[in-house]
Amino acid sequence: MSGGHVVRLRVNGVDHEAEVEPRLLLVDFLRVQLGLTGTHVGCEHGVCGACTVILNGDSVRSCLCLAVEADGGAVETVEGLGRVDDLDPLQEAFREHHALQCGFCTPGMLMTGIDLLRKQPLASDGEIRAGLSGNLCRCTGYQHIVRAIRASVEARDGD
Amino acid sequence: MKPPPFAYLAAGSLDEAISALAAGDGEARLLAGGQSLMPMLNFRLLQPGLLISLNRIPGLGGITENGGGLRIGALTRHAELERSPLVARHFPVLGAAMEHVAHLAIRNRGTIGGSLCHADPAAELPMLMCLLDAGITAQGPAGERTLAAAEFFLGALTTALAEDEIVTAIELPALAEGCGWGFEEMARRSGDFALAGAAAIISLTGDRVSEARLAVMGAHPTPLRVAAAEALLRDQTIDEDTVRAAAEAAAAAVEPDNDLHASADYRRHLIGVLTARVLRAALRRAQGETP
Repeated sequence: MSGGHVVRLRVNGVDHEAEVEPRLLLVDFLRVQLGLTGTHVGCEHGVCGACTVILNGDSVRSCLCLAVEADGGAVETVEGLGRVDDLDPLQEAFREHHALQCGFCTPGMLMTGIDLLRKQPLASDGEIRAGLSGNLCRCTGYQHIVRAIRASVEARDGD
Repeated sequence: MKPPPFAYLAAGSLDEAISALAAGDGEARLLAGGQSLMPMLNFRLLQPGLLISLNRIPGLGGITENGGGLRIGALTRHAELERSPLVARHFPVLGAAMEHVAHLAIRNRGTIGGSLCHADPAAELPMLMCLLDAGITAQGPAGERTLAAAEFFLGALTTALAEDEIVTAIELPALAEGCGWGFEEMARRSGDFALAGAAAIISLTGDRVSEARLAVMGAHPTPLRVAAAEALLRDQTIDEDTVRAAAEAAAAAVEPDNDLHASADYRRHLIGVLTARVLRAALRRAQGETP
C-alpha cells in the first residue's frame, strides 16, 4: 500500500492514467502531471478557493483532495469550459461585466459559478454572494463577479 | 509536495478499515471528507504512517428513516444534510444550520462522521448532535457500541472514541410533533468557525413548555447542553423575563478562553445574546409562527 498508486481520472472528458505518490494533491496532479495549469493553487489549505474544480459533479477544493482519492472519477477544470475564441457563456459574462482583474481567482470563481448555476435557483444576489463566499478575490472585484453570475442566471432562466 | 509522505489504503470494507487501523498501532489515521485532516497534513501538523480512506466503503453514507427519527451514515456530506428532504422534515434545525458550515466546496466533501470525530468546540454538528440527543455508533475489533452525544465530546478535539474504533452512523431519535427550533451563530466572516453559537428546541402543551433543550458552542471546550437553562424553561409560560433568565444561566454555564479571535467576556456575552435569540425563535415556531 505504500509507494506508487495508479490513478485513473477523466479530466474534461479525456482519460488519464498515472502512477503517483499517495500524498500528491489533486491540484498538483492536474497542474504538474497533466500540465493543466488553468487551475490555480493559492493558499493550499482550503481557504482561498482558487483551486476549485468539479469532481463527480460537485465543486471541491483540489488542494484538500488527494489525487488517489479522486481515482476513477471525473474532473472538470476551467480548461473544459471554453477557449479564447469560443468562450463558455459564463466566461463571456465575466468578460462582459469586467468580472476579473488580475485573474488569479478567476478559474475558481468560474468553477464555483458553474456548480451554483447548475444546482441553485440563485433568486437573489444574496444567494450568489453566499455561494461565492468561499472564493477570495484579492483585487476585491466581487461586485462585478456577482453581476456576471446574475446575468448568467437570467440567461439560464430565460428572463 | 505539501503533505508529508504516508502509506495509503482505500479500504473496501469496514472490516478492512478496522483491521488496518488496529495494525497501524497508533500511526494510522482515518480519512473521510478530509476537510480538516487535509489542511493539517498540508501544514505538516500531522505525520501519519498510514492514511486509511473510508470513502470507498459501501453503505457508510445515506440518510434513512428509523423509528420516527433518522439514521445518518457517517460518510454523509454536509451538502447532503443541507438539501435532504428527510432532514428538512424531521430535523429542520440540522438542515438550516448547514449553510453556516464553511463554504459550498467544503460542504460538498466534509462528512458528519468526520466533523464529530474532529470535535472542534466551535463546529455546528457536534453541538447539534448534543441538542438532538444523537446516538453515535462506532465499530471496533470488539464490536459495535453507541455513545450518547453528551458523553462523546470530552474536550477540544478530544472524543470518547477508542483509538481502534470507527464511527459508522448517527441515530437521531424523533422530536415531539410541532416542536419549534432556533439556531444562531456569530462569526466574523461568512463561513468562518463561529465565535459562539446556540441552538434550541421547544415543545409546547397549550402555552406551557413541555420540553426545552438548549445547546451552545464555541465558548467552552466542548459543545454544551445547558441543563440549568432548560430547567428554568420547563413547565413555564415563556415571556421575556424567562428568556432573559435562561440566557443568563447559559452565559454563566460556559467557561470560555481568551484567544486571538475574542475575549472570554465577549464570548460569554455572545452566548447570552444568542441564547435569547434562539429561544425566541424556537418559541415562535412552536406557536406556529415564522420567527
